[in-house]
Amino acid sequence: MNIQYLKTDFLVVGGGTAGTMAAIKAKQASPESDVLILEKANIRRSGAIAMGMDGVNTAVIPGNSTPEQYVREITIANDGIVNQKAVYETGRLGFEVIQELESWGVKFQKDHEGNYDLKQVHRVGKYVLPMPEGKDLKKILARQVKRHKVNVTNRVMATRVMVQNGRVTGAVGLDVRNGNMVVIQAKAVVLCTGACGRLGLPASGYLYGTYENPTNAGDGYSMAYHAGAELTNIECFQINPLIKDYNGPACAYVASPFGAYTANAEGHRFINCDYWSGQMMLEVYKELHSGKGPVHLKMYHLDDDTISEIERVLWDNERPSRGRFHEGRNENYRTHGVEMNISEIGLCSGHSASGVWVNERAETTVPGLYAAGDMASVPHNYMIGAFVYGRIAGENAMDYVRDLEHRSPDADFLAAEQERIYRPLNQPNGVPHTQVEYKLRRLVNDYLQPPKSPHNMDIGLEKFVAYEDTLNVMGASDPHELMRCMEVHFIRDCAEMAARASLFRKETRWGLYHYRLDYPEKNDDEWFCHVNLKKGENGDMELFKRAVEPYIVDVNLKEEVYDVAVR
Amino acid sequence: MALTTQRVDVPVIVDESKCLEKCVACIEVCPLDVLVKNPETGKAYMKYDECWFCLPCEKECPTGAITVQIPFLLR
Repeated sequence: MNIQYLKTDFLVVGGGTAGTMAAIKAKQASPESDVLILEKANIRRSGAIAMGMDGVNTAVIPGNSTPEQYVREITIANDGIVNQKAVYETGRLGFEVIQELESWGVKFQKDHEGNYDLKQVHRVGKYVLPMPEGKDLKKILARQVKRHKVNVTNRVMATRVMVQNGRVTGAVGLDVRNGNMVVIQAKAVVLCTGACGRLGLPASGYLYGTYENPTNAGDGYSMAYHAGAELTNIECFQINPLIKDYNGPACAYVASPFGAYTANAEGHRFINCDYWSGQMMLEVYKELHSGKGPVHLKMYHLDDDTISEIERVLWDNERPSRGRFHEGRNENYRTHGVEMNISEIGLCSGHSASGVWVNERAETTVPGLYAAGDMASVPHNYMIGAFVYGRIAGENAMDYVRDLEHRSPDADFLAAEQERIYRPLNQPNGVPHTQVEYKLRRLVNDYLQPPKSPHNMDIGLEKFVAYEDTLNVMGASDPHELMRCMEVHFIRDCAEMAARASLFRKETRWGLYHYRLDYPEKNDDEWFCHVNLKKGENGDMELFKRAVEPYIVDVNLKEEVYDVAVR
Repeated sequence: MALTTQRVDVPVIVDESKCLEKCVACIEVCPLDVLVKNPETGKAYMKYDECWFCLPCEKECPTGAITVQIPFLLR
């Protein structure tokens, strides 16, 4: 094992949607600066959109909707707990992002007159813009990264952010091929490592059969926490209605504009809106427990041409293996509904609201540390929000670094991190990461899957804390296994955060996402606030209330309750 | 610690008659980094059972040597 030292002005950790855009925008803002993307996979095919994306879910296009309407919709869907200024930026800048992507060759669906062909999936407005040819998105982004002369280091996984004297000074990583430790000095760092998609265990029992790209193990949540940054809304889990066993989206966002809908086993509608929200998930949960389950995405009432078109979009873009999944079971959308199930839990602000706290400038609470994409706390931000916040982070970071100098890494910190990373290699006959991860994630299912019970969560918390010691029994025989071992560390941190935040908020909010059996009602008097957490001075996890920022768009939450049940 | 090895049905199948010895296309694009070359034969194979059945390996293989199956537990 060797130590490799790198130096850059701006370090982008994670080269997915947000990361590639952050790097490109940083270079556009300051072409003479050095920008480096650190990616654990290869940016050509990495992150949540590794294989492409079949549509944009948060497109605020002039003439169709306004940022104010978008903010209102997202505020109501989140039961009011949002930083509206942050949500507003996604609405304000999304259109420019779409136009820039288009200039790079990304194709969006247009009508006969050449206008963007928006669809309504949200409760009120039209924000879904199909991308039936979205499969090359990542290749196009990788090409732009190269054109903008961004440096890229693939196959290095960051493990810790370096912080000295209250500001970020770089990161430490592991080369997952040759096993080198990589130390990167940087004046600013943006974390864009995606969701914690490997928190709960899928019902199939396959560790990597997740909704999110399983490379996204909560790396950034854990690294931000250890850097001293605040995280927020962690108790607002990501839980999705997915294709049973396959664990991919069914996907009503694509199919419902064609006339498909979510139905119970009798073929009846039980929700009037297919947009993913905790309230919608609660209706799915109730239906599954009513004797009218299973629920399915119903398309068999549509004509053959329509179904063929839906198949073409769904089997070609975001998760192209779903066609062969159905084929293997002799299932056909013309005769079968797509059986759906409630997923295991995860953390993802792209779909729900749990993330590293950022303001409307993509700043975390640690100077020089930014966050963007699924792991940053702008709720329901999806892909366009990742692009927007990548852009904001990249531009602001280049302002921030202008008069800063690099700092030499702290030798004690590096030695401690080196010891932590390589411990499993010193005991190759230790317990394999697969077993250690399986048990941890099974415990997450046992004790944290909503509805949430306080005594269960207490037991879970105790086990997740004790799991710190279990991590020390892991063994690895090569750098690849070492990467997986370090990911189990990330997952454990996320599990502890999820348990503590869920125990702290003593009410029910966001439908199923935070449904507490002992406090089944929403309590605005005491809990109309964020629950934030951070690593305290003594190393313990601290939880506290953080007030909701004053609204910039009026919303009457008493009158506009988010309710999607069909009655 | 006593360890054993278990047989596992892996999702990524490589047709060795088509796999090119000097090509690493599938290995470079796999997000989970589960594919490697057999040093003796120069052919790619799935070394780690950690597959998202996402298909870049199959789509980017220049000779069509790769088939990705849905993992057995999900099939």
